[in-house]
Amino acid sequence: MPNPTDLRAREEAHWAKTSRLMFTHLAVWFFFGFVIHMFVKPLNNIIIPILGFPLGFYMAAQGSLIVFVVMLFMFAKQQDKIDREFGFAEED
Amino acid sequence: MATTSTGGSSDFLSNLGKIYGFYTGGFLAFVILLAVLEQVGVPNKILGYFFVFFTLAVYAIIGILSRTAQVSEYYVAGRSVPAFYNGMATGADWMSAASFVGMAGTLFLLGYDGLAWVLGWTGGFVLVSILIGPYLRKFGAYTVPDFLAFRYGGNFARALGVIVLVACSFTYVTAQIYGTGLIASRFLGMQFELAVFAGLVGILVCSMLGGMRAVTWTQVAQYIVLIIAYLTPIVILSTKNYGIPIPELTYGQAIADITAREQQMLATGLTTAATLKPHIQPFINYTPLNFFAIIMCMMVGTASLPHILMRYFTTPSVREARQSVGWSLLFIFLLYFSAPAYAAFSKLEVYTNIIGRDLSAIRPWLFSWGELGLIQICGKNAASIDAVIAACKAIADHPGVVRLQDFVINTDVIVLSTPEIAGLPYVISGLVAAGGLAAALSTADGLLLAIANALSHDVYYKMIDPNAPTARRLIVARVLLLIVAVVAAATAATKPGDILAMVGWAFSLAMAGNFPALVMGVWWKRATATGAICGIIAGFGLCLFYLVTTRYFPGAGVKYFGMTSLLNPATGAPLVDIAKAMALPNAMESFPTLAHPLANKVGWFNLTNIACGLLGAPLGFAVIYIVSKLGREPSAEMQAYVDDIRKPRGRTVLEEKTT
Repeated sequence: MPNPTDLRAREEAHWAKTSRLMFTHLAVWFFFGFVIHMFVKPLNNIIIPILGFPLGFYMAAQGSLIVFVVMLFMFAKQQDKIDREFGFAEED
Repeated sequence: MATTSTGGSSDFLSNLGKIYGFYTGGFLAFVILLAVLEQVGVPNKILGYFFVFFTLAVYAIIGILSRTAQVSEYYVAGRSVPAFYNGMATGADWMSAASFVGMAGTLFLLGYDGLAWVLGWTGGFVLVSILIGPYLRKFGAYTVPDFLAFRYGGNFARALGVIVLVACSFTYVTAQIYGTGLIASRFLGMQFELAVFAGLVGILVCSMLGGMRAVTWTQVAQYIVLIIAYLTPIVILSTKNYGIPIPELTYGQAIADITAREQQMLATGLTTAATLKPHIQPFINYTPLNFFAIIMCMMVGTASLPHILMRYFTTPSVREARQSVGWSLLFIFLLYFSAPAYAAFSKLEVYTNIIGRDLSAIRPWLFSWGELGLIQICGKNAASIDAVIAACKAIADHPGVVRLQDFVINTDVIVLSTPEIAGLPYVISGLVAAGGLAAALSTADGLLLAIANALSHDVYYKMIDPNAPTARRLIVARVLLLIVAVVAAATAATKPGDILAMVGWAFSLAMAGNFPALVMGVWWKRATATGAICGIIAGFGLCLFYLVTTRYFPGAGVKYFGMTSLLNPATGAPLVDIAKAMALPNAMESFPTLAHPLANKVGWFNLTNIACGLLGAPLGFAVIYIVSKLGREPSAEMQAYVDDIRKPRGRTVLEEKTT
């Protein structure tokens, strides 16, 4: 049975790491949700080879969406790893 | 949370793959059967009825088989829905008639600027997973107001949560029922009012008996129908035109062709620089501020809408709740990244085969839509070649070919007409109708359940009669579901003019009302009950005030609240001359029609009212922060609960009496 101060410390370390992960993902989300689309006009001058999409249009129509999907599966994995590291994960 | 599953339901859960695989195969066989029937000469109308009634019957059977008498099954499907299937159910829950039928049309009309909706309606799931969803799952709520009540000191916060929930869900569900009526009336030739109530029956058989459990398993079935229906026509079209069955890759070429054709139309006088809105040029329909404001409000709204959040209460674990958000977005993505392809292919068809054509050589697919008044050429319904020629003759100096400014198309037509543009048999059109119906029904189910659950669980059980026995709680839940559904259908049958705008408003209202309190409740232990209550009232209040004033009291907004005209995104000029409009006799009219010169055209900071959440949510955060800091910090006990919510391991914080 772990003592209470140990639990407290583990909780804090767990939450610090969780918060860091949250801010990282929020930054990526903000970049692909907003920042990149602010540069749509210069990006539209780049045409994706073969497919023919202007890059600025492509990012809003598909690129950012793909990033969001990949991010979510990565996040699920990373958060689970953090939970396991501190012993707070659910039993499998 | 004991799931106490009976032998039958655990058999069902372990065979999900087989059951839904069989179902998908059965559905495809059914489509092929109808295709054969069409070839042997069965009339289109009969095929349409087959499609609608067969699919409705399947949903009804699933709904009835999933009936339940257990509270936890009724409210959260026994918390036993695997991540993958919950993802599909959320996809169907999320994608409404507006996504299925309207999205591609919006992109057709707005070009790049329409992508604000595509981005806004997908990126929000990142926030659901990172900030809120899994924590609410660990908390163990049945409804979103449940969490607000527990975290923020009781029934006052609960009542506020219910008000926010009803405000954002009711208009939304009305729009869905309206959508079912529209699709049924268009494809079956039923009278609109009758079609609305037919749709209502379809919705009720799915949700009445089995609550969340029944809705979950019908939504999975509906997702399968709607995604097959959405992708089939466009995959065939892409294969036909470009030889590759992946429209999402081939429409890049279509976009390049559209851009080239736009230049050509300008050069040959088929359009003018003032009428033409180049497809890929950004910020000509929305100003950059409004473009990003809409993205933000739709994203944050996603993470605050109760009917979406409550889907993540149904997974067996916190871990699966997180994975489930990923699956949800993947399933939603399949539709949303195809919508721009629909828009591009349709636009190319219109630009090359309608605009610039001699009037007598217009392609015939559009006449059936012209008859319904959905496509107009030269200001008249394009019902036949003769009608078009007569209408254009009436215009002075008309060159005898269709110019861009002569052509008006209703946005709903884009998806519905693609099968005809591609020259596909009617069975594909019927399939698309069945898909649109599935999209509208599944979203309506989820929303109705969210409203009825809030009323039965939060208002009746938690606030009025906490000692009510299980049987009575479930009866109350079902009766309330019926009442809400009938009221929503009655509202939809009156065809209220603002109905589609109201769906956008729902996101902003949810964002302003729920988001700050939910996020602070999990991420900031110091948030107090008083702080949250003030924050919800202030944020939600400001958002509602902005909406109602700009839409229904624009004169008062200008006179008393310093609102000014919104600006035209392309030219930067004001949309209305405020001084002139205020001098009109009806300037101060309340509840004016949409035609009123000021309605929806005034505001602060040139911010469109759909994005009012952008005013409300920051205020909500600020108020919660300041008021919480002024008060005493929450009890050690409450802070310990918050710690519990943050750790996936262990029992849920809230233990419901389930028997």
